[in-house]
Amino acid sequence: MIMPMTIRAIKKSEPSRLKAATIRIGAIILALITSSIFILLLDLNPANVYMKMVQGAFGTAYRARETIIKAIPLVITSLGIAIAFRMQFWNIGGEGQIAMGAFAASFVALNMSDMSKPILLLLMILAAMLVGGLWALIPAFFKAQWGTNETIVTLMMNYIGLKWIMYLQYGPWRDPNSLGFPKIANFTENAILPKLMGVHIGWIFALLLVAAVYIFLNHTKKGYEIAVIGESINTARYAGINIKRTILIAILLSGGLCGLVGMIQASGVNSTLSVEVTGGVGYTAIITAWLASLSAPVILVVSILFAALLEGGSYIQTVFGIPESAALILQGIILFFVLGSEFFVQYKFILVKNQNSVKKEVV
Amino acid sequence: MEALISFLAAAIVAGTPLLFATIGEIITERSGNLNLGVEGMMLMGAVMGFMVGMMTGNAALALLAAMIAGAFGALIFAFLTITLRANQVVSGLTLTIFGTGFSNFIGQPLVGQIAPEGIRLFFRPYTIPVLGNIPVIGPILFRQDAFVYLGYAASILLGIYLYKTSKGLNLRAVGENPGSADAVGINVNLYKYVHTLLGGALCGLGGAYLSLVYVPAWQEGVTAGRGWIAVALVIFATWNPYKALFGAFLFGGLDIIGFRMQGLGINVSQYFIDMLPYLVTIVVLVVVSMKKSKENAPPKGLGNAYFREER
Amino acid sequence: MKNNYISMQNISKSFGKVVANKNINLTVHQGEIHALLGENGAGKSTLMSMLSGVYTPDGGSIFVKDKEVRFAAPKDAINAGIGMIYQHFKLIDVLTAKENIILGQKNGLFLNQRALTERIREMSARFGLDIDPDKKVYDMSVGEKQTLEILKVLHRGAEILILDEPTAVLTPQETEKLFKIMNRMKEEGCAVIFITHKMNEVMEVADRITVLRKGETVETVHKNSTNPKHLTELMMGCAVDLSIKRIETEKSKVAMEVKDLIAYNDEGVKVLKELSFSIYAGEILGVAGIAGGGQKELCEAIAGLQPVKQGEIIFEEENLVGKSPSEIIAKGVSMSFIPEDRLGMGLVASMDIVNNIVLKLYQRQKGFFINRKPAEQKSLEIVKRLDIQTPGINHPVRMLSGGNIQKVLLGRELDSKPQVLITAYPVRGLDINSCHTIYDILNEEKQKGVAVLYIGEDLDVLLELCDRIMVMCAGEITGIVDARNTTKEEIGLMMVGAVNSDIKEELS
Repeated sequence: MIMPMTIRAIKKSEPSRLKAATIRIGAIILALITSSIFILLLDLNPANVYMKMVQGAFGTAYRARETIIKAIPLVITSLGIAIAFRMQFWNIGGEGQIAMGAFAASFVALNMSDMSKPILLLLMILAAMLVGGLWALIPAFFKAQWGTNETIVTLMMNYIGLKWIMYLQYGPWRDPNSLGFPKIANFTENAILPKLMGVHIGWIFALLLVAAVYIFLNHTKKGYEIAVIGESINTARYAGINIKRTILIAILLSGGLCGLVGMIQASGVNSTLSVEVTGGVGYTAIITAWLASLSAPVILVVSILFAALLEGGSYIQTVFGIPESAALILQGIILFFVLGSEFFVQYKFILVKNQNSVKKEVV
Repeated sequence: MEALISFLAAAIVAGTPLLFATIGEIITERSGNLNLGVEGMMLMGAVMGFMVGMMTGNAALALLAAMIAGAFGALIFAFLTITLRANQVVSGLTLTIFGTGFSNFIGQPLVGQIAPEGIRLFFRPYTIPVLGNIPVIGPILFRQDAFVYLGYAASILLGIYLYKTSKGLNLRAVGENPGSADAVGINVNLYKYVHTLLGGALCGLGGAYLSLVYVPAWQEGVTAGRGWIAVALVIFATWNPYKALFGAFLFGGLDIIGFRMQGLGINVSQYFIDMLPYLVTIVVLVVVSMKKSKENAPPKGLGNAYFREER
Repeated sequence: MKNNYISMQNISKSFGKVVANKNINLTVHQGEIHALLGENGAGKSTLMSMLSGVYTPDGGSIFVKDKEVRFAAPKDAINAGIGMIYQHFKLIDVLTAKENIILGQKNGLFLNQRALTERIREMSARFGLDIDPDKKVYDMSVGEKQTLEILKVLHRGAEILILDEPTAVLTPQETEKLFKIMNRMKEEGCAVIFITHKMNEVMEVADRITVLRKGETVETVHKNSTNPKHLTELMMGCAVDLSIKRIETEKSKVAMEVKDLIAYNDEGVKVLKELSFSIYAGEILGVAGIAGGGQKELCEAIAGLQPVKQGEIIFEEENLVGKSPSEIIAKGVSMSFIPEDRLGMGLVASMDIVNNIVLKLYQRQKGFFINRKPAEQKSLEIVKRLDIQTPGINHPVRMLSGGNIQKVLLGRELDSKPQVLITAYPVRGLDINSCHTIYDILNEEKQKGVAVLYIGEDLDVLLELCDRIMVMCAGEITGIVDARNTTKEEIGLMMVGAVNSDIKEELS
């Protein structure tokens, strides 16, 4: 076999933070360049489009608020997912946990609407977190008991949860006053989250939870145990950690946070329950949590950026009259590049000349 | 009896898109790649198959386009996860986002259009001589369209490939233990690429069946979550193409049973019936894990990137 | 006239900043058994990985039968007639022996099972190998797996066989059988490269010996012109005394007593069968046995990790059976258990030293939060006391060398001042100096009156270090013997199930 020159990838001993950041930003720039080709195919000026996207996300106070409203569910769901992922429990059931949380909150909102606002909202929050948590607890129980693959079970349970909401929406909960339109009655005023600075107070929850999850994961015994289990189940066993219990607690929390998102969306954004309550956040949050390396503060930043991408994307639809799907494609391209760039953070390349074995570092 | 036969025949039709996507994902997962972008690849195949079908009126070209589109989606996934060793779950989910956008974008001008007559005629039911005249079995299995027969053939061929050929044996080894496969001289990355792409092409065909034969017209999100059912079916079939044949038709039956039951005056919400495939999958998964069977377990290397010089 | 089968010239290879091989030279003739001798970390496995195409050398050339070759992948090496038998078997568990043999070979589109079975039978007879072609790998014993590996490379037409520490997991009897097979291969005209660090095996089976040290070739010598002492000097770079000292202590009180212990594994197989033995304060009780003989389950049962069906483990007049691991840790039974994968149990690979030390401390802390300050203090102490080579206490343990990782683990365990210390394979994969450091630490503990249960695999070490040796086979104790007056052969027989009843009765 004769190969005059080969490029080999070698794992870096310890990636430096600055280099990692440079590579990630480089990936986004490359993604934007690639997307430009796509935009050019639409007969538009890429620079113009990107500028409008930024404007669309942060251009006015109203749009900035819209971006934040989009970021809130992403932040909280990503935090929930990060807790599970730290334990190497691949919870991709955020979607279903959000839906079931929204269901529980709506049940309270629709049936106890005569209670005073603070109590009603508190009950809705507790119900949503409890039901979201329990929904996640089912796959966690199978995992703890028999080691059942949680990736697929959580995924399957998304569909069961969403079908359940559909059943309610088209069946027993359908509002008779909606003129045959399949929708559930709107919440009464006292079941709707109040606003602060123009945005429903979910943003305060999000900020508090970022801090709380950060402290939980890094400075509590449970957080430490979760990390140990994630790294090595055997070591956890050996150290006397109660593995089953810790899995159940962590996943209860993970699902509980997703359930809370269901309540926030139903109450603060939609004022009712519908199948659209999840809006794909359960999946998007997996991506944001992963890109943020499961770190709570970074999740905050990544989620806002991602929300800006969504909001900017929908703005350019109206400005340039391009279909919604174009924004999805852009999203996909950017994510592909960012995902691919991790490789260049982890590995460096060595160019090997086989003749005289000269080594040359490329990256 | 008549009603039952017609129901079962319809279940096969409903199960065919699931079958293609399932065997596509089986072959992908057998190489150790968990590609959750099935829904995205199906949509890409559905729209490209439909578009080329509209342009040429040629069924073969339409199917070819669907396969290429599905394989293209799989190529993105393969490059990210095999060459760049990105996380498979996240890459697959992103592929679904991308595929959804791609199909909606390409398909926008096609919305509401009906598949050309030439193609619809090409895929009209065709009774296979002799076999089609067997009582009960004939009308159920052998009075279908050519695409359904292609599904039978693809599953059986894939089964033979996996269990009877040396390449198939190598593939199973790659999925089980890439390090060992590498040590005996199997080109692990090549196997992963080829089978992930082939899997994507089959998913593309599954999508094309929906847009060209099942509906047959273009509508946004034509797959309606069938890609995820296929992911479930892979487990239900325990990574075995023959069992996939049975499972796909069972799940196909579940897909249409609600309407049939309403026709018979039994009122069960379609939404509960829609939950069944997912519930059944969970039950299968839990039972398999309770038994700790070594034979029906997922490929051991599933979900992990492989890099020879890792230390 | 000897033909050169292999010639490796000026081979270099590094991983990141670590230089594994530096200008290594090796020549192997047809029809010889060539031992590659060197301690752990000397670069033997790296060198052989390049010969088998797994790694690509950074520099140097490889010649096979005087023709220069360049292997881009294992396939190229296999095609050149090189067959590698790895220490960790490269077999696919869910496939049969036959399927594993045919794997990756070009032999037509379809599998011809019958012809293959025929060929396997024929080859087995020729080389004196014994294998059931239709047995699944997950049902095989270690010895069977190794035989299968050998058959696998022979079936690929290998003329040059590389065996990477093949005896590490075998009983003395199985080792003898392996040596017979190796000699048979030599007679058939193959070249055999035999990687080891055991002197006596080299002297028994090798024709020539190449010694490596710290990634460099030291010398190639003929067996007839050398002796174990000389080889040790070449290997270590200086004259060293490799004997392990056994400290004599007064036989004192029983530290822990195990009575009629019975346990089943997850699959319902009985893995511990009525075990009864005592371990005394101030002794090292060695445990010998082939892998999977119940040693792991015994350790885990004492630590509270393996559910016990029946029986008692008496420690300080209390039965430990039924107690949780953390309760047992609190009572002063400490287990440093190192399975094959050093970092798999006991330590968290990607965490730093502090976070690993905290593992045994945090549960005693009160409240909801974790306090890493005491662990930081302890980490500094342990690093200093055991002379752990690390850039700092916030360095991930997986970045440390094997010996240092082991010291972190032992340091943490000893810090809790245990009464009973259980160590399983504590020196696996360590270089000789590190091994001796570990032996010294264990001896020190023994002198302090700690009861040490030492699960080992190297019988020579067990015989020198331990006071008594308990032999296990298939979950049973087949004998407990005094290490001062027993032989390797006697232990070997007990390892495969020959019950040494008189001694067992007398000592337990």
